[in-house]
Amino acid sequence: MQQRFSNPVLMKELKLRFRTLKSFSGLMFYLFLLFIFVGGFLSVFTQFTGTGFFRPNESFIMFAVISILQMALVMFITPGLTAGAISSEREKQTLNILLTTTQSSTQIIIGKLLSSIAFLILLLIAGLPLYSVVFLFGGVSPVQLTTIFLFYLLTIVAIGSIGIMFSTITKRTIVSMIATYGGMIFLGAVTAFLFFVGISFETFGGMPIPTSGGTPPSSPVTYFWAAINPGALMLTILYPESGTQLANMTGISFPVWITYLIFYFAITVVCLMIAIRKLRANMKHNR
Amino acid sequence: MIEIKGLTKKYGSFLALDHFELTVDEGVVCGFVGANGAGKSTIFSILATLLSPTAGDALINGQSVIRESAEVRKQIGYMPDFFGVYDQLKADEYLDFYGASYGIPAEKRKVLIPELLELVNLTDKRYEYVDLLSRGMKQRLCLARSLIHDPKVLILDEPASGLDPRARIEMRDILRHLKSMGKTILISSHILPELAEMCDEIVVIDSGKLIAHGHVESIQAQLQGDKRIKVKVLNRLADARAFFEEDPFISGLEILENKQEVAFTYKGTDEDQVELLRKALLSNIPIYSLTVEEKDLEDVFMAITKGVDY
Repeated sequence: MQQRFSNPVLMKELKLRFRTLKSFSGLMFYLFLLFIFVGGFLSVFTQFTGTGFFRPNESFIMFAVISILQMALVMFITPGLTAGAISSEREKQTLNILLTTTQSSTQIIIGKLLSSIAFLILLLIAGLPLYSVVFLFGGVSPVQLTTIFLFYLLTIVAIGSIGIMFSTITKRTIVSMIATYGGMIFLGAVTAFLFFVGISFETFGGMPIPTSGGTPPSSPVTYFWAAINPGALMLTILYPESGTQLANMTGISFPVWITYLIFYFAITVVCLMIAIRKLRANMKHNR
Repeated sequence: MIEIKGLTKKYGSFLALDHFELTVDEGVVCGFVGANGAGKSTIFSILATLLSPTAGDALINGQSVIRESAEVRKQIGYMPDFFGVYDQLKADEYLDFYGASYGIPAEKRKVLIPELLELVNLTDKRYEYVDLLSRGMKQRLCLARSLIHDPKVLILDEPASGLDPRARIEMRDILRHLKSMGKTILISSHILPELAEMCDEIVVIDSGKLIAHGHVESIQAQLQGDKRIKVKVLNRLADARAFFEEDPFISGLEILENKQEVAFTYKGTDEDQVELLRKALLSNIPIYSLTVEEKDLEDVFMAITKGVDY
């Protein structure tokens, strides 16, 4: 049974990844950034109040900003960890040997993805003590924290899958890296830009956004750009009223998190399927 | 055991393999000889299930490398001409990873790994990082890796390339041992005398086509063509020259006075050669030595690949 569920690529990758100084220094750097931010935030706010205490609403602001910062960091790190997964094996001339073993393409791809995700999860868990400083001051519920972490995980898996796909279909790691960062920038920034363009177009196009009452004009494309943007999702989780505001602007009241979940799940499935099919691209019959 | 049926591979307009047909029986060590780009590595890649042919098929133990590639992988051990290793793995971990990749249980791997390291003389390097090993050691470790699932067929693409003479001899000894274990081995090499010494059969390939296939001696004979004969004569070189010049099967006659030698190319059969010698003795030509220059595999290779750029 244990044999059945074991994944040699995953075990090997974990061993290799955690042995390198690069991983250790990456983790240190990540925690250092979080520490600087949390420490800086606390010292700045306590100085402003001059009282040395922290109100729950200020604690929540810190939580919100840390959450968005962490999402940005995770989005930035994930392509670097996954975009070389297969192409670096190709460059090191270890891929051909791996492909002649009895491991299926699915096992190899999943092993590569899981090992990268494992490191990112370690980053998130290692950052939890700093993150949990907010609980000292109140204003944040554990449910909110859990929801945020689940969406981190979904985003990591989806961007990781994009990285693995590019790593499989391109021959060189640098090309794969550029393509994956391109994908990440599209999801993180271009979608936000397109959302604002959509909103502006509708506003200046003579379709006023109702402030109260009335049915807003339906704009599914604009809604879609907002719904697949990780920043917009974070806002709707942290500030549920922003979700209502978005519904007012786009005329679509479907919860953003559900659209996000469906879209990122679909991206994951499609990218992994492409990667699995293309891993043994020179063979007509793949597994 | 291995049947290659009309294997054809095209890369764009370049024909790398052209209706290649070959059968290799079980337990045979078969050496592939050919110039760079002749198609050896393409055949090996197809047999190793890394490449699909444009046409044709290859069967290993009756299983198609195209349709039953997963089953074929269980039966082959492949060593490519160029390969890399993982930086942060030790020799035993390297073998353990590939053992696990072939689905060998952990308990069995624990027993198997020391045995394989001993087979390739790397027992003392068990806990060394793989990337710190010498090239020869890496080659031997890669060979051990290809044996970890006890495959019936070994596909070794230039296993001795880039090795110093000592490492080459060590590799040759290991291959001899594998041969004695009854493995079917397909091996390509540019070190042809070693191939001739080690292989039961030789396949000569050029421009993706099979030029010759058979036992080493028969291949040499097939490709031998004209013989070069050197005759050492005591003093009467001029008489010897006059005598040999009259023979219709002789051409390219040379007199090497400092060696007291007449050298010529002979087109006749072995029977004609016997008759020539008999006549020479009857004509009182004082022959004290006659040597037929045998072409070795290197000469055969050079003859076949004449004009091919490297």
